[in-house]
Order: sequence, then structure tokens, then C-alpha cells
Amino acid sequence: MPRSALRILLWTAVAVVGAISFATVALRRGESINAIWLVMSALCCYALGYRFYSKFIATKVLCLDSRRATPAERLEDGRDFVPTNKWVVFGHHFAAIAGPGPLVGPVLAAQFGYLPGTIWILAGAVFGGCVQDFVILLFSVRRDGKSLGQMAREEIGRVGGFVAFVAVISIIIILLGVAALIVVNALKASPWGTFTIAMTMPIAVFMGLYLRFLRPGKVLEVSLIGFVLVLLAILGGQAVSHHATWSVWFTFTAPALAVMIIIYGYAASALPVWLLLAPRDYLSTFVKLGTIAVLALGILFIRPTLHMPAFTRFIDGTGPVFAGSIFPFAFITIACGAISGFHALISSGTTPKLISRETEARMVGYGAMMAESFVAIMAVIAACVMQPGTYFAINSPAGIVGTAPETAAATISSWGFPVTAGDMQALATAVGEKTLYNRTGGAPAFAVGMAHIFSHSLGGERLMALWYHFAIMFEALFILTILDAGTRVGRFMLQDGLGHIWKPLGRTSWYPSIFATSALIVGSWGYFLWQGVKDPLGGINSLWPLFGISNQLLATVALCVATTILVKMGRARYIWVTLAPLVWLVSVTFTASYQKIFHANPRIGFLAHAQQLALETPANAARAHELSRLIFNDRLDAVVTGVLVVLVCAILIESVLEWSRVLSGHKQAVASEAPFVPTRFAEEAGQ
Amino acid sequence: MKNEELRMKNGLRARLELIFGLALATLREIFDENAYARFLLLRQIEPSRAAYAAFLRENAYRRERRARCC
Repeated sequence: MPRSALRILLWTAVAVVGAISFATVALRRGESINAIWLVMSALCCYALGYRFYSKFIATKVLCLDSRRATPAERLEDGRDFVPTNKWVVFGHHFAAIAGPGPLVGPVLAAQFGYLPGTIWILAGAVFGGCVQDFVILLFSVRRDGKSLGQMAREEIGRVGGFVAFVAVISIIIILLGVAALIVVNALKASPWGTFTIAMTMPIAVFMGLYLRFLRPGKVLEVSLIGFVLVLLAILGGQAVSHHATWSVWFTFTAPALAVMIIIYGYAASALPVWLLLAPRDYLSTFVKLGTIAVLALGILFIRPTLHMPAFTRFIDGTGPVFAGSIFPFAFITIACGAISGFHALISSGTTPKLISRETEARMVGYGAMMAESFVAIMAVIAACVMQPGTYFAINSPAGIVGTAPETAAATISSWGFPVTAGDMQALATAVGEKTLYNRTGGAPAFAVGMAHIFSHSLGGERLMALWYHFAIMFEALFILTILDAGTRVGRFMLQDGLGHIWKPLGRTSWYPSIFATSALIVGSWGYFLWQGVKDPLGGINSLWPLFGISNQLLATVALCVATTILVKMGRARYIWVTLAPLVWLVSVTFTASYQKIFHANPRIGFLAHAQQLALETPANAARAHELSRLIFNDRLDAVVTGVLVVLVCAILIESVLEWSRVLSGHKQAVASEAPFVPTRFAEEAGQ
Repeated sequence: MKNEELRMKNGLRARLELIFGLALATLREIFDENAYARFLLLRQIEPSRAAYAAFLRENAYRRERRARCC
């Protein structure tokens, strides 16, 4: 049989298996399905998307040229620009784009059922996120590795550059506030988790000193040592949680933990990078890659059953985890696993400076985002293997279900998801916690799901507590790394901006500037954290959509840049490739923003919530001060959301004007690509 | 037959070595060990505490600005 016929048969088989799996996932109602159907449908979608759609984009839309030298080759300096093996670049890119976002978002969105999140993760990634990462990577490669902001300024205009700058700063600040809140919710009243995370700090400092003075440069070696020490810290946490005195020392309320994290964030921003930031980053990456691989194997090995239905009653917007209907909030809540603007920063950051052949951009840009999307599918599975009653008991804030176990269990059971106080107590005891009620934020629910999967593959129920705290440590370590790195990145960006106003402020080695800008950045995300901790409805309720909106705004900027470049390249007939996800994102972002500001339901609309609190104030004179602060928070959130929408409008209008000028012939289509230089790798390969 | 088995074994070994080598190279790149090796090569110096301190100094600025996704 000729090879082409074999290939056709193979891809037909993949399509048929994918269709059967997807039909099982999408159409089965009223009975539990096995997680393997989700895995199969995801893998088939990715295979078909990569083989056909990404190849179409590579050959027809972008016309990748393997004879063209990349900046890694032309500008090779042994530091930033280094031609690197494509698999190594793939690993590098994946390690940079995969954070806690694809784990937390799908867990929160599981309140709608497993189906909405799954469809959005697969379709969003194949037609949106992977395309964005791929085209931005390629356009940056063709522009000497320029950043998204620089490309926006050069291709769209000054407003584009400014919006990109504001969007990045906004995302970083909101992201850090939300991320810190997730850690607080995961660690409050948890001496085991708090002890383990506290221990990672001296472990990171030890790693920094080991690298600097004992075994310089042996990062893999010290990461392995750090990993073993962290495992010991997890075991030690169990002893601490059972100790009468020590357990009291490591038991903190949410506000106390928030203050500690704010102080930590400031210290991490001002300390030398080699002492804390770099070793924690190495340790976090090491744990992250290992855990994701083991989780994937665990899911394939035990093939768990999904207990969550395909759709829940909360698609109408009355969900306890976060308020808002399936459109637009499912698409805002799941960002990183489907499409994330933040990825455009990585695709136009370090990665384009490492790619050695233009054709490899397809595998790195499109392929790494597919891997990230698969991580999100694993998170959906981890959330949905729990009994729905358990899921809602963990993720519902006290403001919705109450604080007493019996009341909470009765409320959740009345929604049609039976759970008893006894079940929840047994689960809490099994994972070594006093209680699992009201543990909002997504991290504890993911940890319970992950512990469930791990304990069925390795060690049985006896190790449930150990796996749960391993999962909590894994997520908290992830997030604290982002707090370190994000605060520093934000500080540098702020210094760059302020340096235009007064030069000394732009000097990154001038301590007054370091202290002032660190305080500004930490104060900004610290404010959002404090607001989340004090919000009686659980904080994450309003902050996560805000983060989703700002992240999608950056994706909108990236897709505007990509569409503009396509128009200028003379590829206007293919602009639907980037225009379709752009239109979808704009409709989602605009609808979500409008609803977050003006919706009449106080659980959704910031202004309605502020008004409700204002009406309550006269009857609650004792809480007048607290209520006035909450009202201020709501109004501030409304203003922030409004500003983000105005920015989207500005960049959209400027982009559309630029397209119409070029397409109508009023402006010459000039793509500011670096000149063509033939690659020496092609000669070496005999091409 | 034995030659055939030997050839297959060698082929499998070569593939495993390639996969292992790539995995190790990826980890070394992610964990900056390759960057340190290039630094030493560029400056024609031996690995030492002073060399690593210089490498950290030179790379601190770049590392601090490296964005990490959510």
C-alpha cells in the first residue's frame, strides 16, 4: 500500500476516534463517564489541529521559510541569541508559559459542569491560543526578536504601544493579587501547608548559597537536593500539624497570611536575585515539570470516573463559586488553558531569540500551547473526579453557604448535589485538615482531586494526606515564584516608565528607586489581595473575572498586532485566522466587562453591589467603616474594568483604521521585517 | 538472526540515548547550566566561584526581566 494511502487511513482513524470520543463527552447525559474519553478527544483534537490547521497556517498564511536565517543565527552572541535544538526550545517555552493559571481556571469553571470548560479549552486552544502564540512567535522571529510592545508601536501606532504597556502592568498587578489570594485561601487554618511553604524559603536560600559558594553552576544537582528537602518538609508538616504547640504557631487567619505574603513579596523584590528568586524559580520549575508528567501518567493509569455532570444548573449564572452565566464568564475564567495574552510576552521574549530555523516556530509556538491546553484538561479531570457536593462544599464561599458544616451541607444538598457534614469531615481528616469548607480559590479543590488520583495510583488512601499537601505545596510554590518574578518584572517596567519622567528613577541599581518602585508594585497587588481577603463573598468571586478580562485584553492586543501584520504582508485573504479569535475575544471581553460594571445582580455587577452595601449602611452603623471600604473597592473595580474596555476600544479603532488605510490603497503596505539573509543551517543540511 | 537482533538493539539504544540526551539538554537549558557553559566558553575561563558570581551578575538583569506566565 502506498505511503500516502496509509497516511490518509491513519488520519481518518484519528478523526473517527476523535469524533466518537467527543460525541461521548458531549452527548452522554445522566450517567458518569470515564476521564479517558476526555483525554482521547483532547489528544485527537490536538493531533488534527496540529497536523492540518497549523500546517495550513505555516504554509499558506505565514509562508515559513526554512532558508531564512533567524535572529538566533544572525545575531548570535552566546547569551540572549543562541541557535538551539527545537526540542530544547520547546521545553524552554513550555516551562515559561505553564503556570498555575491552567490549573486554577478550569477548576473554578467546573461549576458549570465538565463540558463547557472542555469545549472551550479544546476549541480555544486549537483556533485561538495556539494560533496567537505561533504567529506572534514567528512575527517576533522576523523582527529580530522584538517584544509585543515594540511590534504594537511599530505596526499599529503609538496608542498600540501604550495600550500594550498599560495592559501588561494591569495584568501583572491583578494577576499577582489573585495569585496571592489563592495561596492565602489554600493555607489559612492549615498548619501543615503553612509549615511546608515556610520551609521552602530557607530551602531556596540554601540552594542559592550552595550554587554560589559550594558547587557553582550545578543547578540540576541542587534542584534535586531541594526537591528532596521539600519532600522532607511535607513530612515534617504532618508532625507539626499533630503537635499541640507547633500547630498553633503555624495556624494563621487569612488577613495574617495576607500581611506575611505582602512582606515576603517586598523582600523578594529587593533581595539579590541569586539568593531567593533564582533558586525558587529552579525548584518550582523542577517540581512543576515532574508533577505535570506524573499527573498525566496517573490519569492514564487509573482512568478515573467523572462524577460532575456535563452541565450543572449553574449555567444560568447563579453559581456559588463565582457569579455569572456561562457566556461570557466560562470563557473569561479559563484563560491560560485556551488563550492567554500573557503567552504573547513569552513568544516575543526569550523564545524567538533561541529558534534556529523559522519552520520550528510551528512546533514551539503551536505545539507548546497544545501541551499547556492538555494541562488544563487534566485540571478539569481533577476537579470533576470529586463528587459534585464535595466540589461545591470546598469552593463555595461562606457568604453563600454559611460557616456551620450542617448548614453548608444542607444548602449544597438542596441544589441537587448531595453531601453530608460527615462526608466532608471524613475527607478533611483523610487529607490532614481540620475543615475543607469554604476553601475558595480553586487550589484546595485541585489538590483534593490530584490527591484522589495520586492515592489511587500510588500508596492508596493511606497517602491521601501526603498527596494533598504535596499538591498544595506544588501550587503555592508555583504561585510564590510568580509573585517573586512578577513583582520584579513589574518593578523594572515601572522604573523604565518613570525613568522618562526623572532619569534617576529609571536606574535599576539606585536603591531609593528600587525601594519606591517595589513598594508601588507590592502595594498595588497587596491592595487587591487585601480586598479579596476582606470581601465577604470570597474575593476570588470578583477578582478572578477581573484578571481574566485583563489577560484577554492583552490577547486582543496581540491578535490586533498579528492581524495588522498579516494585512501589511499582503495576506489579507487569510486574516480570518487571527480575526476570528479576535472577534470572539472582543465579544467576550466587552460583554463580561459590561456585566461586571452594570449588571443588576449585586453578585455580578460592581456598582449594584456597591449600591446594595450603601443601602445596608444605615442599619449597620457598627460596620459603617468596613462597608464604606467595600463600597470603595467595588467602585474602584468598576473603574479599572471600564479603563480596560476603553483601552481595548482604542487599540481596536487604531488597528481597524490601519487595515482600512492599507486595504484601500491610501497607505503602502510595508511590513517592517528584518531583511532576508540565507541560513547557513540550510547549506549544512544540504538544502 | 543474531546480527539482526544486535542491529535492532543498537538502534534502540541509539534512540534511547538520543531521547535521554535531548531531555538532559532541555533541562540544562531551562536551568541555565548551558548558559553558564557558554559564558565560560566565550570568556575562555575555567569554572570557579568567581566565574559563577560573574555569570550571575551578568545574567541578573536578564533573568529579572524574564516574564513568567500565569
